[in-house]
Amino acid sequence: MKVSLFATCLTNALYPDVDLTMAKILKHLGHSVDVPEGQVCCGQIAFNSGYVDDAREVARTLIDAFERSEVVVGPSGSCIAMIHHYYPTLFEKEPAYLKKAEDLIHKSYEFTQFVVDVLKQPDLGAHYKAKATYHPSCHATRLLGIGEAPLKLLQHVKGLELLPLPEAQLCCGFGGTFSVKMPKISEAMVAEKAQHVLDSGADILLGLDMGCLMNISGYLEKINKPVKTMHIIQLLGEGMKS
Amino acid sequence: MTMYNQTTDERVDKALANSFLRQATRRATDRLRNNKYKAADELGNWEEWRAAGEAIRKNVISNLDYYLNQLIEQMEKRGVHVHLAKTPADAVTVVRNIVREHNAKNVLKSKSMISEEIHLNHALEEDGVEVVETDLGEYIIQIASEPPSHIIVPAMHKTRQQVADLFEPIAGHALSSDTPTLTRFVRTQMREKFLRGDIGITGCNFAVASTGSIVMVTNEGNGRMVSTLPRVQITLMGMERIVPSFRELDILLNLLARSATGQRLSSYTTILTPPKNTADPDGPEEYHLVILDHNRSEILGDKLFRSSLNCIRCGACFNVCPVYRQLGGHAYGSVYSGPIGSVITPLLEKDWKKWGHLPYFSSLCGACSEACPVRIPLHDLLVKLRMRKTQSGHTPQVERQIFKAYRYFFTREKTLRRALRLGARLQWPFVRNQRITGGPPPLSNWTNSRTLPMVAPKPFMQLWADLKNKR
Repeated sequence: MKVSLFATCLTNALYPDVDLTMAKILKHLGHSVDVPEGQVCCGQIAFNSGYVDDAREVARTLIDAFERSEVVVGPSGSCIAMIHHYYPTLFEKEPAYLKKAEDLIHKSYEFTQFVVDVLKQPDLGAHYKAKATYHPSCHATRLLGIGEAPLKLLQHVKGLELLPLPEAQLCCGFGGTFSVKMPKISEAMVAEKAQHVLDSGADILLGLDMGCLMNISGYLEKINKPVKTMHIIQLLGEGMKS
Repeated sequence: MTMYNQTTDERVDKALANSFLRQATRRATDRLRNNKYKAADELGNWEEWRAAGEAIRKNVISNLDYYLNQLIEQMEKRGVHVHLAKTPADAVTVVRNIVREHNAKNVLKSKSMISEEIHLNHALEEDGVEVVETDLGEYIIQIASEPPSHIIVPAMHKTRQQVADLFEPIAGHALSSDTPTLTRFVRTQMREKFLRGDIGITGCNFAVASTGSIVMVTNEGNGRMVSTLPRVQITLMGMERIVPSFRELDILLNLLARSATGQRLSSYTTILTPPKNTADPDGPEEYHLVILDHNRSEILGDKLFRSSLNCIRCGACFNVCPVYRQLGGHAYGSVYSGPIGSVITPLLEKDWKKWGHLPYFSSLCGACSEACPVRIPLHDLLVKLRMRKTQSGHTPQVERQIFKAYRYFFTREKTLRRALRLGARLQWPFVRNQRITGGPPPLSNWTNSRTLPMVAPKPFMQLWADLKNKR
């Protein structure tokens, strides 16, 4: 299969190894990988802040970039959920782009969803000896309905012990611009999430959205209780090296 | 009600500093939430129930004029006085006039969020009327002179000890803080007050249009006392609180009780078809129904927000909201707090200056939408409110500039690449141990409580291009 990567704006700028590892894993699975030029961001930051016109132009850029792609895969449930749930309303008054948006919706997947549900390859042959816990990000879970896929990938990692995260369903308090617009509320939320991570007894916190992980790890770092935090892609990438 | 005069920041700070409040809120919402899960699972097909609930509410809201007419017709036929109040002030005037006309000195109230919405108690007290809240939670916050912090559990933020401390001056002696002692105390207080009541004021969970009946659900039975003892009764309802007939009522009562408290049915479901019949041994002889609009007609005509009128006021969205969980209700500053309060308050009150913060009291995690028994897409409505606020020019200039810049750079990948490389060079003054630990606002809002990873020396798009060139 020819897979086009959606390098989300956050991973592109702050965690390029997540995108790079995603490319490596997909190649390892026998697919050809390309990264269409011109792609930047799904537009969610502006959309969720109420700046729909700005969001629409950013979304248009993304739609154009992937117009000729067969399949689009990104390392974030939140960005893919933005495309799936909100692009139709963004372009409701532009039939031409609405059509293109729907094409993108039908061919785009979050990484774990793609590997497990589409490729049906939950076992990547990875080894990683550690105790880990998994934070189910809100948009992946509630908007995309991703439940089992990431867990299936992790269950196949040899040596990995998965510990339950208390009150896992609680939002970590990131919420994109919420974290800087309502910093104190956001801090109270991430403080509780961080405590649950510590209580889980895990050495590694895993997730499928770098936004949430950046928030939780940034807080743990600040209070001097750093817990190693990895995107599932990063863990799989490390685990597949051995 | 001092908290109405504070700024949003002050209220948030105050809530976050109050560990009693936060602990009480967390404990109570967890309990309600877990009870709800059990009560919903028990039905086996909760999603079908939700869909049915949504369909019923949608039908009511789309045909509200028809059902309202039917309700009013049924009521007036039997001699009920129906009052349509356009504004909260109109509703207050209606009630005030009824109270004056009867020269009433003691008014009994069972729980009514509409009375909070129109700030009724204050107005009646100004007229020298004693207003008695007979719902335990409402009674507690009345003594504390606070607004409700939860639409179902108004005193959720209070611990038992705090309640005992509030009751002691009235009791005139020390009270232990165990639940039986506290409830016994209130029961004795209430008994006597019930007998003295001149007028009863109740809320309305549902009004059945086909029969002209008012449905109230309570867990203390106080609603029954308020609606049987006084000779005159006033019921306050929001104009959207209608069900077509008893068939739909059955479904909505299930959704309401299960979602609100995890009960199959509330302890008391009171259905009144007023006024008192000659054959009835008790009940009010004179009955007034006050139907409040307060911009609901406008919401009805607004297709973006119409679904907010589908709400059945169960409070399930409060009990799963991670923001409410940290703050309790008072930090919102509004009568209706929690996710649904953040949606409807700006729409009802139409004042961005005062209520413009509410749509941002959400991380948009979607837990509220998932919990709503009539499937209101609450977090989507919050985004739409942000959109409306933005489009009507009520967001700060700086914010508008930031998103203009965002649009510029995030539609030009190559330009963004250069900007990121510049950022990677400029970030050093803020870097400690390979992490960004400070910065100018609004970045400092993040770094005050968190660190950030460094901007990568090469963004992925550049890395990939370089790799491709090597090959």
